[in-house]
Amino acid sequence: MNLDFTEDQKMLRTMARDFLSTECPKSLVRELEESDLGYSPEIWKKMAELGWQGIMIPEEYGGTGMTFFDSVLVIEEMGRNILPGPFLSTVICASTILEAGTEEQKRKFLPKIAAGDMILTLALTEPSASWKPEHISVRASVSGENYLIDGTKLFVPDAHVANYLLVVARTHENAKPEEGITIFMVDVKSPGIQCESQLTMGLDNKCEVVFENVVVPKENILGKLNQGWTIVQNTLMKAAAAKVAEMSGGCQASLEMTTDYVKDREAYGRPIGGFQAIQHYMADMWGHTDRTKSIAWEVNWKVSEGVATTLDVAIAKAWANEAYKWVTERAVQCHGAIGTTRDHDMGLYYRRAKVAELDYGDTDYQKEIVARELGI
Amino acid sequence: MDFEPIPGLVEARKEFDDFFREEMKKAPPGWQGSPEEITTDEGLAFQRYMARELGKRGWICLAWPKRYGGLEKSHFDQLAFNEARAYWRAPGVDGFGAGMIGPTLLAVGSEEQKEKFLPPIARGEVWWAQLWSEPNAGSDLASAQTFAQKEGDYYIVNGQKIWTSGAHHADWGFAVVRTSRVHTRSRALSYLLFDLKSPGITINPLPTMSSHRRQEAYFNEIFLDNVRVPVTDRVGEENDGWRMIRATMNFERSGLGAYGAMKRSLSELIDFCRETKWQGEPLLNNALVRDRLAQLAIDIEAGLASARHVLWGQYKLFLGEESPRDQATRSSSLKYFRSELSQRFAHTGCQVLGLYSQLKGDSKWAPLAGKFESEYQSTPGGNIHSGSTEIQKNIIAWEGLGLPRI
Repeated sequence: MNLDFTEDQKMLRTMARDFLSTECPKSLVRELEESDLGYSPEIWKKMAELGWQGIMIPEEYGGTGMTFFDSVLVIEEMGRNILPGPFLSTVICASTILEAGTEEQKRKFLPKIAAGDMILTLALTEPSASWKPEHISVRASVSGENYLIDGTKLFVPDAHVANYLLVVARTHENAKPEEGITIFMVDVKSPGIQCESQLTMGLDNKCEVVFENVVVPKENILGKLNQGWTIVQNTLMKAAAAKVAEMSGGCQASLEMTTDYVKDREAYGRPIGGFQAIQHYMADMWGHTDRTKSIAWEVNWKVSEGVATTLDVAIAKAWANEAYKWVTERAVQCHGAIGTTRDHDMGLYYRRAKVAELDYGDTDYQKEIVARELGI
Repeated sequence: MDFEPIPGLVEARKEFDDFFREEMKKAPPGWQGSPEEITTDEGLAFQRYMARELGKRGWICLAWPKRYGGLEKSHFDQLAFNEARAYWRAPGVDGFGAGMIGPTLLAVGSEEQKEKFLPPIARGEVWWAQLWSEPNAGSDLASAQTFAQKEGDYYIVNGQKIWTSGAHHADWGFAVVRTSRVHTRSRALSYLLFDLKSPGITINPLPTMSSHRRQEAYFNEIFLDNVRVPVTDRVGEENDGWRMIRATMNFERSGLGAYGAMKRSLSELIDFCRETKWQGEPLLNNALVRDRLAQLAIDIEAGLASARHVLWGQYKLFLGEESPRDQATRSSSLKYFRSELSQRFAHTGCQVLGLYSQLKGDSKWAPLAGKFESEYQSTPGGNIHSGSTEIQKNIIAWEGLGLPRI
């Protein structure tokens, strides 16, 4: 066991933190929140030049050949800095193509992703608001050499700026709902697709995507026909684990901001950080943040090494869901009224903490998995 | 002890309910009664309309003396009205006027001040704002620095106030100001009433975290630049303002009508869970949902039981049989119980709505018009405004339990 970062990882973290704090100050975060795109194409390009989108993509496909864990270290810094945009969506889809794509698909998509020329996102959830296979109702039916996709996806992150969607569709009715699901890589410019962003508490873009007789060639199936659900499960595990790292970054930033504030802000003639009640809150915030950091690194290392279990990820996501919400809520309380305003940075983290809980499975969903995996 | 309803109170509540049931049909579409809605042109117009209608009936200040615009009804009639209004989410009552400065003036104001200020409040014609907090004086209100220099029959006031709810639509404000450079902290404070249209007053909006490009602000900061205030608009004696401020604080903290609003919200959430299927089953069949809804119902009734005792204490205060200090402990405890319950309610609503809870109210997919998305962001403020939870706990420890101050 060695819980130290390698020198390369230390450099990557430092570089990511410096780059993000310089390129994406909070004033820009707010501008991007209010923009239609919701991300900065200029920063996106710069990140690609640094090799970020291609961190876990092998060099033969234009990436830097590092690991999933290394990519997650950058995601953690994005959570700390709050970088709005489709980075997590895109790199998780890249990981899925790497795992399940044909050689032709890898050569078509991965170099473009690594170069920052392609944005992807997973189109899984529907108005049923479920992560389970039995609630996939978007259908893909055979039409000659193609498939026709019909139905509605909802809460799809960043679909409004994506080039391709990884659409999870039902291709066969079966007694076991997970047998009969296929993933299609769909060009968003295909006729019959309508995409509308729904504004959320986090002011991020969760989209309604309506498919009406959308033609998709057979060669755009990712993995095998009717056998897509295993790939979906693996993708969800990676996405949830990466999200935990992003949430860990957010906890750290909230704790640091609040520590500085309570040392500085005075009431009754002294810093409010001198009051016992505040000190107890800060101590608990430190503990929640520290445990979130540890569980984020461990679960993502396991995912990167291919040894993470469903239980590992569910526990980590459930923990981080509640910790991030709690830390940011206490942070707002410690800041007093200024923390409830739009123009104070604390609100950025508080809002994102709730939305992050919902991404890739809220606490109720994760606890169900934990109970099931424990045999309860 | 007797908890039987006061004779006539059930009929009074029915009269209020019948009125609101009809009048609220005129509310703007999707009305939830939030402060943000009232900042819109449509919301403000509806609020002013309701204020006139309530004022005509004398319902805004039911328990006040008739000569000041009230109906000399009991405080329990006022509670029945407050509960009904909260249940129907009806605007039209200025909480700062009718609920804070009005009772303060009744208790400690001069006769001239009562005659000048109370009837317009009771008629719903004049709206008030609270000019208390400053950028460096929030919880520690006694350190307020806005200074009122006496010059003849006027005070000349300079300083800055912040977190002033609704000031951009208010007519008058009641302010904490410093009137002595000799005395310190609370011994140098006075209580002034401001015409907000006076020269030298600048009001700027302060959007909350839930605001975005399509929403207006509710809170404000106010800059006071050589504002002239007649000495006759000072409440109580110079440098004796802290006593009055503490009395007003206790009026502010009871929040009696809030439980009626919560009961309505719970009823709507239960209906939603009954009508909405998730994973093929009505949400109400989900054990977690049932547990959470039941807990809310329990907490609301516990709060309401305590609120009735607060109301009884205010009645005794009105009769002169209790002092504001007697009420302080229960008021403080109930204040943060209510704000934390409101926050738990918002969290529970979001938990029940799952993925849908994140959607802003103007999304066609947003359930309950985005009520819980908005309240998830607004309810933390309740634990801070009007005396933070930490301050309330200090009051309980020091004044209620007699524990030593560090």
